[in-house]
Amino acid sequence: MAQFNLTVNGQSHQVDVDADTPILWVLRDTLKLVGTKYGCGIAQCGACTIHVDGKAARSCSLPIGAAEGKKITTIEGLSEDGSHPVQQAWIKHDVPQCGYCQAGQIMTASAFLAENKNPTDSEIVEAMNGNICRCGTYTRIKAAVKSAAENV
Amino acid sequence: MTKNIDNNRRSFLKVTAAAGGGMMIGFNFLGCEAKPRIAEFVAPNLEVPSKWNTLNGFLKIGENGVVTIMSPNPEIGQNVKTSMPMIVAEELDADWDRVIVEQADLDTDNFVRQIAGGSQSIRFGWKSLRETGAKARHMLLTAASEQLAVPMEELTTNKGKIYHKASDTVLDYGEVATAAASIEVPKDIALKDPKEFNIIGKSTKNVDGFNIAQGKPLFGLDIMEDGMKIAMIEHPPAFGMKIKSLDDSAAKVMAGISDVIRINVEPQGWNPQWSDVNAYPELVAVVGESTWQVMKAKKALKIEWEQDSDLESSAGHVATMEEALSSGKGEVARTDGDPDAAFADAAQVIEKTYTAPFLAHNTMEPMNFYANVTDDKAELVGPIQTPQFLEGTIEGVLGIPKENITIKMTRMGGGFGRRLYGHFGTEAALISKAVSAPVKLVYSREDDMTQGTYRPAYMVTYKAGLDDDGNLTAFQIKGAGIPGSPVFANRYPAGAVDNYTVENYQVATNISTGAWRAPRSNFIATAEQSFLDEVAEAAGKDPIDFRIALFERAQNNPVGADNDYDAERYAGVLKLVKEKSGWGTDTPGVYRGVSAYYCHNSYVAQVLDVALEDGLPKLKKVYCAVDCGIVVNPEGAINQIEGGIVDGIGHAMYSTLSFEDGVPQQSNFDKYRLIRHAEAPEVIEVHFVDNGIDPTGLGEPSLPPIGAALANALYKATGTRMYRQPYVDQVKLLG
Repeated sequence: MAQFNLTVNGQSHQVDVDADTPILWVLRDTLKLVGTKYGCGIAQCGACTIHVDGKAARSCSLPIGAAEGKKITTIEGLSEDGSHPVQQAWIKHDVPQCGYCQAGQIMTASAFLAENKNPTDSEIVEAMNGNICRCGTYTRIKAAVKSAAENV
Repeated sequence: MTKNIDNNRRSFLKVTAAAGGGMMIGFNFLGCEAKPRIAEFVAPNLEVPSKWNTLNGFLKIGENGVVTIMSPNPEIGQNVKTSMPMIVAEELDADWDRVIVEQADLDTDNFVRQIAGGSQSIRFGWKSLRETGAKARHMLLTAASEQLAVPMEELTTNKGKIYHKASDTVLDYGEVATAAASIEVPKDIALKDPKEFNIIGKSTKNVDGFNIAQGKPLFGLDIMEDGMKIAMIEHPPAFGMKIKSLDDSAAKVMAGISDVIRINVEPQGWNPQWSDVNAYPELVAVVGESTWQVMKAKKALKIEWEQDSDLESSAGHVATMEEALSSGKGEVARTDGDPDAAFADAAQVIEKTYTAPFLAHNTMEPMNFYANVTDDKAELVGPIQTPQFLEGTIEGVLGIPKENITIKMTRMGGGFGRRLYGHFGTEAALISKAVSAPVKLVYSREDDMTQGTYRPAYMVTYKAGLDDDGNLTAFQIKGAGIPGSPVFANRYPAGAVDNYTVENYQVATNISTGAWRAPRSNFIATAEQSFLDEVAEAAGKDPIDFRIALFERAQNNPVGADNDYDAERYAGVLKLVKEKSGWGTDTPGVYRGVSAYYCHNSYVAQVLDVALEDGLPKLKKVYCAVDCGIVVNPEGAINQIEGGIVDGIGHAMYSTLSFEDGVPQQSNFDKYRLIRHAEAPEVIEVHFVDNGIDPTGLGEPSLPPIGAALANALYKATGTRMYRQPYVDQVKLLG
């Protein structure tokens, strides 16, 4: 076990965990921030996507040490009240079916739109291609990202 | 039945301020204050009443008129948590904006059929949900009539209010709810004319949508309780293997690890229920403080395995099904006319064989369950499609009487049939009992994918005979599956062909299989509709006209009596998709395939447009016509249909679970291909048949036909017919 200093959603935390612990499990088990989901553990599905210094990252495959000194944002910190344009677009387009992958989809989309404010359809698809939705809400995700782009 | 309660009566109900305005009603499962709590959404402008009046098991109305509607069925993403309460609210004439939806626990006193399966929640719930709402409305009206001293006939309702026009009086439901709660529940009740519906048929947002977008704790995997331990399982590496010996010395001393135990979900003397399908009844469980520590300790286990039965391989599976089909030892499920003679007389005979591999369910939320088992009590919380069956298994395996078992259902990160088989709930309970602590059992993705209740592997041979004019005169289906045949003997084209026969073949296996979204239909529709496309071509006919001619035959002069489809409705969706897709008008570079299927009491027809880009197929558009009767929540319904289409395309095109010496060859999403954004159709357009018929299934019916619409479009694009799933291997060869 070792101590790590983290900044998550603007708050400082000191956690005492095994040094090889992925950020995902520190968020979920230690900090009780369960919005970030476990899907595959090998950075293949995108359910665990968070922002590290504003860039989308797979928290299941980043050891905790990689988070020190960085600004971590999870779905809980994307907005205080669900008002982020991407969250609002998800609600407007009634995107989710089961909903499990959607936090990761939203985190990928919000990091992408922060970089590209006027994306084409194919840029959206390319940006979102690493996030699996087993329920198949892809056409809705695309529509939601498109409409969020207008409001970011 | 009629109770007046305050909200402290149910100790798990907690109200807290929520971010973003509004309130959360949290289920504090076990009365302790551990966070996070699974939460229900309450709209920002709603004040949660301090006092509720319970009108029946579904409904309570607060003094301020806010209505809580219980959602009885498990929510797996099929959106019943929105659509079922909508049906109650409709007949209650509630104001949907003042409704709170609450997931019900397993409660056999108040609810029937708390199952998510077979696309039947709305179909079976339709009448009783409507009656529940209508009876409560009647009780409110009775109370209002007494309070205002006017005849009930002079009262009308709208959006949670009661109107007496003559005296210009308006009462909120909340003002009469207390009195209504003590009025006897009426036995018979008149229901609305569907023309008067103003909630049903109107697109209504997913009641959990806001919570999902904010990452609120909703799922079984999100449960955190004080004192809770994390448990994971280790199962044999291959079907046909079992545990020989366990050396836990290294794992047990690792940081955070408290227990390593062996459990068995099928103890001697327990007679399993249908839902007790599991790959490996005997497992090793590792229990500890955190998920990562337990994951690491799992790797430190030294387990010796021993062979228990055959170690099967995919190559062998294909050979065994081929052997079975040519053995002539099938079970004849139906024969009309004289197929042998008809084939002998046919001007043209076409025979083709189709196959598909095993598939894993791969719900995005892996299997998990929370259990707290004490001497004679069990509290279970988690994702389960069959809570009542889990209760029965817990009673049987742990010897705890049903009245001491509580089962709460969380929102599920996908079901697709996987969570019909609740062995993970039983495992969690056994582990909790053994370690005397509340535990959350968590499957890793690998544990989940390699210990499935898989979609069976299938093989079917179709044979068709055509006369000189291209009329279908004979039809034979020989279906094999591991373990059972996918053929439905009385489905189309049964009833439309004079000489028709079906033979079924079963191939035994030790691989655990079960229902997978649209069981059997998910394969047989693809095979049948691909074959009919080829037959229509051989007959020199348009594939839609060819199918419609058969429906006309089945409608006007059906062969046999047991045809389990309505030929007119079936033809109806084909005609609708033909019109909406502009079938028959060619667009350069666009290749079209058509398909139609009937299952779960609903009819679906699809046209899929493919273009070739850099030699690879690009799915441009899907047109989909659906007849599922009354559509309760159009936006939610369209979402289900879109999902079924993407799911069906994905699995027909990309997915396979193969075996080598009993070992699943795919254990995570690096090797098991699921469809991704770029591979999904660019546009999906859905059209409903508006016929006012009572609603039927919608979670499954759009999946089965789409694989054939894709195959038929790929044929047009490439000149190659798709006989083997997944198609991607053949498309690659072409590219």
